[in-house]
Amino acid sequence: MAFVTALKCRECGREYPIEPSYTCSWCFGPLEVAYDYDAIRASVSRESIAAGPLSVWRYADLLPSERQESVDLGAGFTPLVRAPRLAAELGLGELWIKNDTLNPTNSFKDRVVSVALSKALEFGFKVVACASTGNLANSVAAHAAHAGLESYVFIPSNLEAGKIVTTAVYGGNLVAVDGNYDDVNRLCAELAGTYPWAFVNVNVRPYYAEGSKTLAFETAEQLGWQAPDHVVVPIASGSQLTKIHKGFHELFEVGLLDEEPSVRVSGAQALGCSPVATAFLEGSEVIKPVKPDTIAKSLAIGNPADGYFAIDAVRNTGGAMAAVTDDEIVDAIRLLARTEGIFAETAGGVTVATLSRLAASGVIRPDERVVIYITGHGLKTLEAVSPVVGPTATIRPNIEAFHDAFPALEESSK
Amino acid sequence: MTVIRIPTQLRELTGGAGEVDLQGATVAELLAALNAAHPGFGERISEPDGSLRRFVNIFVAEEDIRFLEGIDTPVAPGEVVSIVPAVAGG
Repeated sequence: MAFVTALKCRECGREYPIEPSYTCSWCFGPLEVAYDYDAIRASVSRESIAAGPLSVWRYADLLPSERQESVDLGAGFTPLVRAPRLAAELGLGELWIKNDTLNPTNSFKDRVVSVALSKALEFGFKVVACASTGNLANSVAAHAAHAGLESYVFIPSNLEAGKIVTTAVYGGNLVAVDGNYDDVNRLCAELAGTYPWAFVNVNVRPYYAEGSKTLAFETAEQLGWQAPDHVVVPIASGSQLTKIHKGFHELFEVGLLDEEPSVRVSGAQALGCSPVATAFLEGSEVIKPVKPDTIAKSLAIGNPADGYFAIDAVRNTGGAMAAVTDDEIVDAIRLLARTEGIFAETAGGVTVATLSRLAASGVIRPDERVVIYITGHGLKTLEAVSPVVGPTATIRPNIEAFHDAFPALEESSK
Repeated sequence: MTVIRIPTQLRELTGGAGEVDLQGATVAELLAALNAAHPGFGERISEPDGSLRRFVNIFVAEEDIRFLEGIDTPVAPGEVVSIVPAVAGG
Protein backbone atom coordinates (compact mmCIF):
# COMPACT_ATOMS: atom_id res chain seq x y z
CA MET A 1 0.00 0.00 0.00
CA ALA A 2 1.03 3.59 -0.41
CA PHE A 3 2.07 5.42 2.73
CA VAL A 4 1.20 8.95 1.71
CA THR A 5 -0.34 11.17 4.36
CA ALA A 6 -0.78 14.60 2.77
CA LEU A 7 0.48 17.17 0.33
CA LYS A 8 2.63 19.74 2.09
CA CYS A 9 3.80 23.17 0.92
CA ARG A 10 7.60 23.41 0.74
CA GLU A 11 7.42 27.15 1.40
CA CYS A 12 4.95 27.64 4.25
CA GLY A 13 4.23 24.10 5.46
CA ARG A 14 0.45 24.20 4.98
CA GLU A 15 -0.99 20.73 4.42
CA TYR A 16 -3.56 19.64 1.87
CA PRO A 17 -5.39 16.38 1.11
CA ILE A 18 -4.10 13.92 -1.49
CA GLU A 19 -5.70 15.44 -4.57
CA PRO A 20 -4.64 16.51 -8.07
CA SER A 21 -3.14 19.78 -6.85
CA TYR A 22 0.34 21.26 -7.13
CA THR A 23 0.61 24.68 -5.56
CA CYS A 24 -0.14 26.00 -2.13
CA SER A 25 -3.33 27.99 -2.51
CA TRP A 26 -1.99 30.42 0.08
CA CYS A 27 1.56 31.26 -1.05
CA PHE A 28 1.84 29.42 -4.41
CA GLY A 29 4.75 27.34 -3.13
CA PRO A 30 5.13 23.84 -4.57
CA LEU A 31 3.34 20.98 -2.83
CA GLU A 32 5.28 17.84 -1.99
CA VAL A 33 4.05 14.40 -0.96
CA ALA A 34 4.43 13.65 2.76
CA TYR A 35 4.79 10.05 3.97
CA ASP A 36 4.40 8.08 7.17
CA TYR A 37 8.04 7.01 7.39
CA ASP A 38 7.51 4.96 10.56
CA ALA A 39 4.97 2.83 8.74
CA ILE A 40 7.28 2.48 5.73
CA ARG A 41 10.16 1.43 7.98
CA ALA A 42 7.96 -1.29 9.47
CA SER A 43 6.92 -2.52 6.01
CA VAL A 44 10.01 -2.34 3.84
CA SER A 45 13.27 -4.29 3.86
CA ARG A 46 16.15 -4.94 1.50
CA GLU A 47 14.68 -8.43 1.02
CA SER A 48 11.18 -7.17 0.19
CA ILE A 49 12.67 -4.84 -2.40
CA ALA A 50 14.85 -7.60 -3.89
CA ALA A 51 11.71 -9.73 -4.27
CA GLY A 52 9.96 -6.97 -6.22
CA PRO A 53 9.83 -6.35 -9.97
CA LEU A 54 12.86 -5.09 -11.90
CA SER A 55 11.34 -1.65 -12.31
CA VAL A 56 10.65 1.48 -10.29
CA TRP A 57 7.78 -0.41 -8.66
CA ARG A 58 10.19 -2.45 -6.52
CA TYR A 59 10.24 0.75 -4.41
CA ALA A 60 6.44 1.13 -4.34
CA ASP A 61 6.44 1.65 -0.55
CA LEU A 62 8.38 4.89 -1.14
CA LEU A 63 6.19 6.07 -4.03
CA PRO A 64 2.83 7.82 -3.85
CA SER A 65 0.87 5.27 -5.87
CA GLU A 66 -0.21 1.63 -5.66
CA ARG A 67 1.90 -0.92 -7.52
CA GLN A 68 -1.14 -3.07 -8.29
CA GLU A 69 -2.69 -0.25 -10.32
CA SER A 70 0.51 0.87 -11.99
CA VAL A 71 0.96 1.92 -15.59
CA ASP A 72 4.17 -0.01 -16.14
CA LEU A 73 6.19 -0.32 -19.34
CA GLY A 74 9.19 -1.43 -17.27
CA ALA A 75 10.72 1.93 -16.35
CA GLY A 76 13.70 1.83 -14.08
CA PHE A 77 16.26 -0.62 -12.74
CA THR A 78 18.67 0.52 -15.43
CA PRO A 79 22.35 -0.50 -15.33
CA LEU A 80 24.86 1.18 -13.04
CA VAL A 81 28.05 0.81 -15.05
CA ARG A 82 31.62 1.24 -13.79
CA ALA A 83 33.45 3.77 -15.98
CA PRO A 84 37.22 3.24 -15.55
CA ARG A 85 38.29 4.66 -18.92
CA LEU A 86 36.32 7.88 -18.52
CA ALA A 87 37.63 8.14 -14.95
CA ALA A 88 41.21 7.78 -16.16
CA GLU A 89 40.72 10.48 -18.82
CA LEU A 90 39.46 12.88 -16.17
CA GLY A 91 41.87 11.95 -13.40
CA LEU A 92 39.14 10.48 -11.22
CA GLY A 93 38.97 7.31 -9.15
CA GLU A 94 35.82 5.25 -8.74
CA LEU A 95 33.33 6.52 -11.30
CA TRP A 96 29.95 4.99 -12.13
CA ILE A 97 27.39 5.83 -14.80
CA LYS A 98 23.68 5.41 -14.13
CA ASN A 99 22.69 4.57 -17.69
CA ASP A 100 19.10 5.75 -17.84
CA THR A 101 19.14 5.77 -21.63
CA LEU A 102 17.92 2.16 -21.29
CA ASN A 103 14.35 2.95 -20.25
CA PRO A 104 11.29 2.04 -22.35
CA THR A 105 11.34 5.37 -24.21
CA ASN A 106 15.06 5.92 -23.60
CA SER A 107 15.04 8.56 -20.91
CA PHE A 108 14.55 8.90 -17.16
CA LYS A 109 11.14 10.44 -17.83
CA ASP A 110 9.64 6.95 -17.92
CA ARG A 111 10.18 6.79 -14.16
CA VAL A 112 8.16 9.90 -13.39
CA VAL A 113 5.51 9.18 -16.02
CA SER A 114 4.90 5.64 -14.76
CA VAL A 115 4.20 7.12 -11.31
CA ALA A 116 2.19 10.09 -12.64
CA LEU A 117 -0.10 8.04 -14.88
CA SER A 118 -0.65 5.45 -12.17
CA LYS A 119 -1.75 8.24 -9.85
CA ALA A 120 -3.87 9.81 -12.62
CA LEU A 121 -5.75 6.52 -12.98
CA GLU A 122 -6.26 6.37 -9.22
CA PHE A 123 -7.75 9.87 -9.39
CA GLY A 124 -10.04 8.74 -12.19
CA PHE A 125 -8.65 10.89 -15.01
CA LYS A 126 -9.46 9.78 -18.56
CA VAL A 127 -7.09 12.18 -20.36
CA VAL A 128 -3.42 12.85 -19.65
CA ALA A 129 -1.32 15.77 -20.87
CA CYS A 130 2.05 17.44 -20.44
CA ALA A 131 4.33 20.29 -21.44
CA SER A 132 7.55 18.80 -22.70
CA THR A 133 11.00 19.48 -24.11
CA GLY A 134 10.80 16.08 -25.82
CA ASN A 135 11.71 13.23 -23.50
CA LEU A 136 8.58 13.66 -21.45
CA ALA A 137 6.54 13.86 -24.66
CA ASN A 138 7.88 10.46 -25.75
CA SER A 139 7.13 8.94 -22.40
CA VAL A 140 3.64 10.35 -21.84
CA ALA A 141 2.55 9.37 -25.36
CA ALA A 142 3.88 5.82 -24.90
CA HIS A 143 2.52 5.24 -21.41
CA ALA A 144 -0.87 6.74 -22.36
CA ALA A 145 -1.05 4.35 -25.30
CA HIS A 146 -0.13 1.43 -23.04
CA ALA A 147 -2.83 2.38 -20.53
CA GLY A 148 -5.47 3.15 -23.15
CA LEU A 149 -5.67 6.80 -22.10
CA GLU A 150 -6.24 9.75 -24.39
CA SER A 151 -3.29 12.14 -24.43
CA TYR A 152 -2.47 15.75 -25.30
CA VAL A 153 1.25 16.42 -25.50
CA PHE A 154 2.45 20.03 -25.92
CA ILE A 155 5.96 20.70 -27.25
CA PRO A 156 7.91 23.67 -28.62
CA SER A 157 7.58 23.55 -32.42
CA ASN A 158 11.38 23.74 -32.93
CA LEU A 159 12.11 20.44 -31.19
CA GLU A 160 14.56 17.91 -32.65
CA ALA A 161 12.94 15.91 -35.47
CA GLY A 162 13.68 12.65 -33.69
CA LYS A 163 11.73 13.64 -30.61
CA ILE A 164 8.71 14.68 -32.68
CA VAL A 165 8.59 11.35 -34.57
CA THR A 166 9.14 9.33 -31.40
CA THR A 167 6.15 11.03 -29.81
CA ALA A 168 3.76 11.18 -32.77
CA VAL A 169 4.15 7.46 -33.50
CA TYR A 170 2.13 6.57 -30.39
CA GLY A 171 -0.94 8.16 -31.91
CA GLY A 172 -2.05 10.63 -29.24
CA ASN A 173 -2.63 14.34 -29.82
CA LEU A 174 0.69 16.12 -30.33
CA VAL A 175 0.46 19.91 -30.23
CA ALA A 176 3.49 21.86 -31.50
CA VAL A 177 3.42 25.36 -30.01
CA ASP A 178 5.09 28.37 -31.61
CA GLY A 179 7.29 29.33 -28.69
CA ASN A 180 9.91 27.96 -26.32
CA TYR A 181 9.36 25.49 -23.49
CA ASP A 182 8.47 28.23 -21.02
CA ASP A 183 5.70 29.41 -23.37
CA VAL A 184 4.42 25.84 -23.64
CA ASN A 185 4.59 25.44 -19.88
CA ARG A 186 2.63 28.62 -19.21
CA LEU A 187 0.00 27.57 -21.72
CA CYS A 188 -0.36 24.20 -20.00
CA ALA A 189 -0.57 25.78 -16.54
CA GLU A 190 -3.46 27.89 -17.88
CA LEU A 191 -5.12 24.97 -19.69
CA ALA A 192 -4.91 22.92 -16.50
CA GLY A 193 -7.34 25.40 -14.96
CA THR A 194 -9.81 24.80 -17.79
CA TYR A 195 -9.65 21.11 -18.74
CA PRO A 196 -10.21 18.21 -16.33
CA TRP A 197 -7.06 16.44 -17.47
CA ALA A 198 -4.07 15.05 -15.62
CA PHE A 199 -1.21 17.32 -16.72
CA VAL A 200 1.64 15.20 -15.42
CA ASN A 201 3.92 18.15 -14.71
CA VAL A 202 1.21 20.55 -13.61
CA ASN A 203 -1.66 19.29 -11.47
CA VAL A 204 -0.18 15.85 -10.73
CA ARG A 205 3.38 17.17 -10.50
CA PRO A 206 3.85 16.37 -6.78
CA TYR A 207 3.32 12.65 -7.51
CA TYR A 208 5.15 12.70 -10.84
CA ALA A 209 8.28 14.27 -9.35
CA GLU A 210 8.55 11.53 -6.72
CA GLY A 211 9.43 9.06 -9.49
CA SER A 212 12.90 10.59 -9.77
CA LYS A 213 13.74 9.37 -6.25
CA THR A 214 14.10 5.89 -7.76
CA LEU A 215 17.34 7.10 -9.40
CA ALA A 216 18.81 7.36 -5.90
CA PHE A 217 17.16 4.18 -4.62
CA GLU A 218 18.57 2.08 -7.46
CA THR A 219 22.02 3.63 -7.21
CA ALA A 220 22.26 2.75 -3.53
CA GLU A 221 20.89 -0.76 -4.04
CA GLN A 222 23.25 -1.40 -6.96
CA LEU A 223 26.20 -0.22 -4.86
CA GLY A 224 25.31 -2.84 -2.26
CA TRP A 225 23.09 -0.53 -0.18
CA GLN A 226 25.63 2.24 0.07
CA ALA A 227 25.32 5.86 -0.96
CA PRO A 228 27.97 7.33 -3.26
CA ASP A 229 30.16 10.24 -2.15
CA HIS A 230 29.27 12.56 -5.01
CA VAL A 231 26.63 12.66 -7.74
CA VAL A 232 26.41 14.83 -10.85
CA VAL A 233 22.90 15.51 -12.12
CA PRO A 234 21.66 17.64 -15.03
CA ILE A 235 19.33 20.53 -14.18
CA ALA A 236 16.32 21.58 -16.25
CA SER A 237 13.54 22.41 -13.76
CA GLY A 238 15.77 21.19 -10.91
CA SER A 239 13.26 18.56 -9.83
CA GLN A 240 15.37 15.52 -10.66
CA LEU A 241 18.40 16.75 -8.71
CA THR A 242 16.24 17.67 -5.74
CA LYS A 243 14.55 14.28 -5.70
CA ILE A 244 17.79 12.31 -6.06
CA HIS A 245 19.10 14.15 -3.01
CA LYS A 246 15.87 13.41 -1.15
CA GLY A 247 15.94 9.76 -2.22
CA PHE A 248 19.25 8.97 -0.51
CA HIS A 249 18.03 10.50 2.74
CA GLU A 250 14.73 8.64 2.60
CA LEU A 251 16.59 5.33 2.36
CA PHE A 252 18.30 6.11 5.65
CA GLU A 253 15.06 7.40 7.17
CA VAL A 254 13.32 4.06 6.54
CA GLY A 255 16.27 1.92 7.62
CA LEU A 256 17.55 0.75 4.23
CA LEU A 257 20.95 2.44 4.65
CA ASP A 258 23.03 1.74 7.75
CA GLU A 259 24.76 5.12 7.79
CA GLU A 260 23.31 8.55 7.24
CA PRO A 261 24.34 9.45 3.69
CA SER A 262 26.48 12.52 3.05
CA VAL A 263 26.22 12.65 -0.73
CA ARG A 264 27.64 15.76 -2.33
CA VAL A 265 25.26 16.83 -5.08
CA SER A 266 26.51 18.76 -8.10
CA GLY A 267 24.39 20.21 -10.90
CA ALA A 268 24.97 20.54 -14.63
CA GLN A 269 23.55 23.17 -16.97
CA ALA A 270 24.21 24.36 -20.49
CA LEU A 271 25.62 27.88 -20.73
CA GLY A 272 22.84 28.79 -23.18
CA CYS A 273 20.26 28.09 -20.47
CA SER A 274 21.85 28.34 -17.05
CA PRO A 275 19.57 30.33 -14.74
CA VAL A 276 20.19 27.95 -11.82
CA ALA A 277 23.96 27.60 -12.26
CA THR A 278 24.25 31.37 -12.71
CA ALA A 279 22.41 32.10 -9.46
CA PHE A 280 24.51 29.45 -7.67
CA LEU A 281 27.83 30.75 -9.02
CA GLU A 282 26.93 34.37 -8.23
CA GLY A 283 25.77 33.44 -4.74
CA SER A 284 22.44 35.02 -5.55
CA GLU A 285 19.17 34.37 -3.76
CA VAL A 286 17.19 35.17 -6.91
CA ILE A 287 16.97 33.01 -10.03
CA LYS A 288 16.57 35.26 -13.07
CA PRO A 289 14.66 33.59 -15.90
CA VAL A 290 16.42 33.41 -19.28
CA LYS A 291 15.56 32.86 -22.93
CA PRO A 292 17.22 29.52 -23.75
CA ASP A 293 19.67 29.22 -26.63
CA THR A 294 21.44 25.86 -26.49
CA ILE A 295 21.60 22.54 -28.30
CA ALA A 296 20.66 20.91 -24.98
CA LYS A 297 16.96 21.36 -25.62
CA SER A 298 15.89 18.79 -23.06
CA LEU A 299 17.38 21.07 -20.39
CA ALA A 300 16.15 24.33 -21.96
CA ILE A 301 13.87 25.57 -19.22
CA GLY A 302 14.48 29.28 -18.74
CA ASN A 303 12.12 29.58 -15.78
CA PRO A 304 12.92 26.53 -13.63
CA ALA A 305 10.27 25.62 -11.05
CA ASP A 306 12.57 23.82 -8.60
CA GLY A 307 15.69 25.89 -9.16
CA TYR A 308 15.69 27.24 -5.61
CA PHE A 309 15.52 23.77 -4.11
CA ALA A 310 18.26 22.51 -6.43
CA ILE A 311 20.51 25.34 -5.26
CA ASP A 312 19.70 24.50 -1.62
CA ALA A 313 20.60 20.83 -2.17
CA VAL A 314 23.89 21.69 -3.84
CA ARG A 315 24.89 24.36 -1.30
CA ASN A 316 23.94 22.24 1.69
CA THR A 317 25.97 19.23 0.52
CA GLY A 318 29.12 21.04 -0.59
CA GLY A 319 28.54 20.35 -4.26
CA ALA A 320 29.00 22.72 -7.16
CA MET A 321 27.51 23.67 -10.52
CA ALA A 322 28.86 24.46 -13.95
CA ALA A 323 27.44 25.95 -17.13
CA VAL A 324 29.07 24.38 -20.19
CA THR A 325 29.19 25.52 -23.80
CA ASP A 326 27.58 23.75 -26.75
CA ASP A 327 31.04 22.77 -28.02
CA GLU A 328 31.88 21.22 -24.66
CA ILE A 329 28.56 19.33 -24.79
CA VAL A 330 29.36 17.81 -28.19
CA ASP A 331 32.90 16.93 -27.12
CA ALA A 332 31.57 15.32 -23.95
CA ILE A 333 29.02 13.22 -25.83
CA ARG A 334 31.89 11.90 -27.96
CA LEU A 335 34.14 11.41 -24.93
CA LEU A 336 31.51 9.31 -23.14
CA ALA A 337 30.83 7.26 -26.26
CA ARG A 338 34.55 6.76 -27.01
CA THR A 339 35.58 5.79 -23.48
CA GLU A 340 32.57 3.87 -22.20
CA GLY A 341 30.42 2.86 -25.16
CA ILE A 342 27.41 4.85 -23.98
CA PHE A 343 25.69 7.24 -26.38
CA ALA A 344 23.98 10.08 -24.53
CA GLU A 345 21.71 12.83 -25.74
CA THR A 346 22.76 16.44 -25.23
CA ALA A 347 21.76 16.45 -21.55
CA GLY A 348 24.28 13.65 -20.99
CA GLY A 349 26.87 15.78 -22.74
CA VAL A 350 26.09 18.58 -20.29
CA THR A 351 26.55 16.19 -17.38
CA VAL A 352 29.85 14.72 -18.62
CA ALA A 353 31.19 18.17 -19.51
CA THR A 354 30.30 19.37 -16.03
CA LEU A 355 31.98 16.30 -14.52
CA SER A 356 35.06 17.15 -16.55
CA ARG A 357 35.08 20.78 -15.39
CA LEU A 358 34.52 19.93 -11.74
CA ALA A 359 37.19 17.21 -11.85
CA ALA A 360 39.68 19.63 -13.40
CA SER A 361 38.96 22.26 -10.75
CA GLY A 362 39.34 19.74 -7.94
CA VAL A 363 35.74 19.99 -6.70
CA ILE A 364 35.21 16.33 -7.56
CA ARG A 365 38.13 14.42 -6.07
CA PRO A 366 39.83 11.15 -7.09
CA ASP A 367 39.16 9.68 -3.65
CA GLU A 368 35.40 10.04 -4.08
CA ARG A 369 33.01 7.37 -5.32
CA VAL A 370 31.19 9.34 -8.02
CA VAL A 371 27.94 8.56 -9.84
CA ILE A 372 26.81 10.55 -12.88
CA TYR A 373 23.29 10.40 -14.26
CA ILE A 374 23.00 9.91 -18.02
CA THR A 375 19.31 10.51 -18.49
CA GLY A 376 18.56 10.28 -22.22
CA HIS A 377 19.70 8.36 -25.31
CA GLY A 378 21.88 9.85 -28.03
CA LEU A 379 19.59 8.61 -30.80
CA LYS A 380 17.14 11.30 -29.68
CA THR A 381 19.49 14.15 -30.59
CA LEU A 382 21.49 12.94 -33.57
CA GLU A 383 21.62 16.53 -34.84
CA ALA A 384 24.13 17.36 -32.10
CA VAL A 385 26.86 15.00 -33.32
CA SER A 386 26.00 14.19 -36.92
CA PRO A 387 28.05 17.16 -38.25
CA VAL A 388 31.21 15.97 -36.47
CA VAL A 389 31.23 12.18 -36.75
CA GLY A 390 31.06 9.89 -39.76
CA PRO A 391 32.79 7.01 -41.54
CA THR A 392 36.55 6.76 -41.09
CA ALA A 393 36.80 6.00 -44.81
CA THR A 394 34.44 5.42 -47.73
CA ILE A 395 35.91 2.92 -50.20
CA ARG A 396 35.14 0.67 -53.12
CA PRO A 397 34.61 -3.00 -52.21
CA ASN A 398 38.11 -4.36 -52.82
CA ILE A 399 41.24 -5.01 -50.76
CA GLU A 400 43.40 -2.45 -52.60
CA ALA A 401 40.95 0.30 -51.76
CA PHE A 402 41.02 -0.75 -48.12
CA HIS A 403 44.82 -0.68 -48.10
CA ASP A 404 44.81 2.71 -49.77
CA ALA A 405 42.60 4.01 -46.99
CA PHE A 406 44.69 2.41 -44.21
CA PRO A 407 48.29 2.31 -45.54
CA ALA A 408 49.80 1.64 -42.13
CA LEU A 409 47.76 -1.55 -41.88
CA GLU A 410 49.10 -2.76 -45.22
CA GLU A 411 52.66 -2.18 -44.00
CA SER A 412 52.10 -4.11 -40.79
CA SER A 413 50.46 -7.04 -42.59
CA LYS A 414 53.52 -7.66 -44.82
CA MET B 1 -10.20 47.75 -19.84
CA THR B 2 -7.65 44.98 -19.37
CA VAL B 3 -8.42 41.30 -18.94
CA ILE B 4 -6.61 39.66 -16.02
CA ARG B 5 -6.56 35.85 -16.03
CA ILE B 6 -6.91 34.41 -12.54
CA PRO B 7 -5.41 31.00 -11.68
CA THR B 8 -7.61 28.32 -10.13
CA GLN B 9 -5.94 28.80 -6.74
CA LEU B 10 -7.18 32.41 -6.45
CA ARG B 11 -10.65 32.10 -7.96
CA GLU B 12 -12.17 31.84 -4.48
CA LEU B 13 -11.39 35.57 -4.28
CA THR B 14 -13.20 36.36 -7.53
CA GLY B 15 -16.33 34.36 -6.85
CA GLY B 16 -15.08 31.64 -9.17
CA ALA B 17 -14.35 33.90 -12.14
CA GLY B 18 -11.32 32.91 -14.25
CA GLU B 19 -11.04 36.41 -15.75
CA VAL B 20 -11.70 39.90 -14.45
CA ASP B 21 -11.76 43.24 -16.33
CA LEU B 22 -9.93 46.13 -14.70
CA GLN B 23 -8.48 49.53 -15.49
CA GLY B 24 -4.79 50.29 -15.11
CA ALA B 25 -1.77 51.48 -17.10
CA THR B 26 0.83 49.21 -15.48
CA VAL B 27 0.94 45.80 -13.82
CA ALA B 28 1.27 47.48 -10.43
CA GLU B 29 -1.83 49.60 -11.03
CA LEU B 30 -3.79 46.56 -12.21
CA LEU B 31 -2.73 44.53 -9.17
CA ALA B 32 -3.80 47.40 -6.90
CA ALA B 33 -7.14 47.57 -8.71
CA LEU B 34 -7.47 43.80 -8.38
CA ASN B 35 -6.86 43.97 -4.64
CA ALA B 36 -9.39 46.82 -4.30
CA ALA B 37 -12.06 44.95 -6.29
CA HIS B 38 -11.34 41.60 -4.64
CA PRO B 39 -9.73 42.16 -1.23
CA GLY B 40 -7.17 39.53 -0.26
CA PHE B 41 -5.23 39.35 -3.52
CA GLY B 42 -2.36 41.45 -2.22
CA GLU B 43 -1.41 39.22 0.68
CA ARG B 44 -1.73 36.11 -1.45
CA ILE B 45 0.57 37.07 -4.32
CA SER B 46 2.93 39.50 -2.57
CA GLU B 47 5.40 39.33 0.29
CA PRO B 48 4.84 41.71 3.22
CA ASP B 49 7.35 44.13 1.62
CA GLY B 50 5.23 44.36 -1.53
CA SER B 51 7.45 42.31 -3.82
CA LEU B 52 5.88 39.43 -5.70
CA ARG B 53 6.17 36.01 -4.05
CA ARG B 54 8.88 33.93 -5.75
CA PHE B 55 6.45 31.28 -6.99
CA VAL B 56 4.10 33.78 -8.65
CA ASN B 57 4.67 34.60 -12.32
CA ILE B 58 2.92 37.39 -14.17
CA PHE B 59 2.74 37.67 -17.94
CA VAL B 60 1.72 40.63 -20.10
CA ALA B 61 0.73 39.64 -23.63
CA GLU B 62 2.36 36.23 -23.04
CA GLU B 63 5.70 37.71 -21.89
CA ASP B 64 7.07 37.18 -18.38
CA ILE B 65 7.27 40.62 -16.72
CA ARG B 66 10.74 39.76 -15.41
CA PHE B 67 11.90 40.17 -19.03
CA LEU B 68 10.06 43.52 -19.17
CA GLU B 69 9.93 46.12 -16.41
CA GLY B 70 8.67 43.95 -13.57
CA ILE B 71 5.54 45.25 -11.89
CA ASP B 72 6.16 48.63 -13.55
CA THR B 73 5.60 47.04 -16.98
CA PRO B 74 3.12 49.14 -18.96
CA VAL B 75 -0.04 47.41 -20.14
CA ALA B 76 -1.60 48.64 -23.37
CA PRO B 77 -5.37 48.50 -23.84
CA GLY B 78 -6.39 45.07 -25.09
CA GLU B 79 -3.34 43.24 -23.74
CA VAL B 80 -4.07 40.25 -21.50
CA VAL B 81 -2.39 39.91 -18.10
CA SER B 82 -2.00 36.38 -16.70
CA ILE B 83 -1.18 35.39 -13.13
CA VAL B 84 0.31 31.90 -13.24
CA PRO B 85 1.77 29.67 -10.53
CA ALA B 86 5.49 29.13 -11.14
CA VAL B 87 5.93 25.55 -10.06
CA ALA B 88 4.72 23.77 -13.17
CA GLY B 89 6.92 22.01 -15.65
CA GLY B 90 10.14 20.08 -15.94
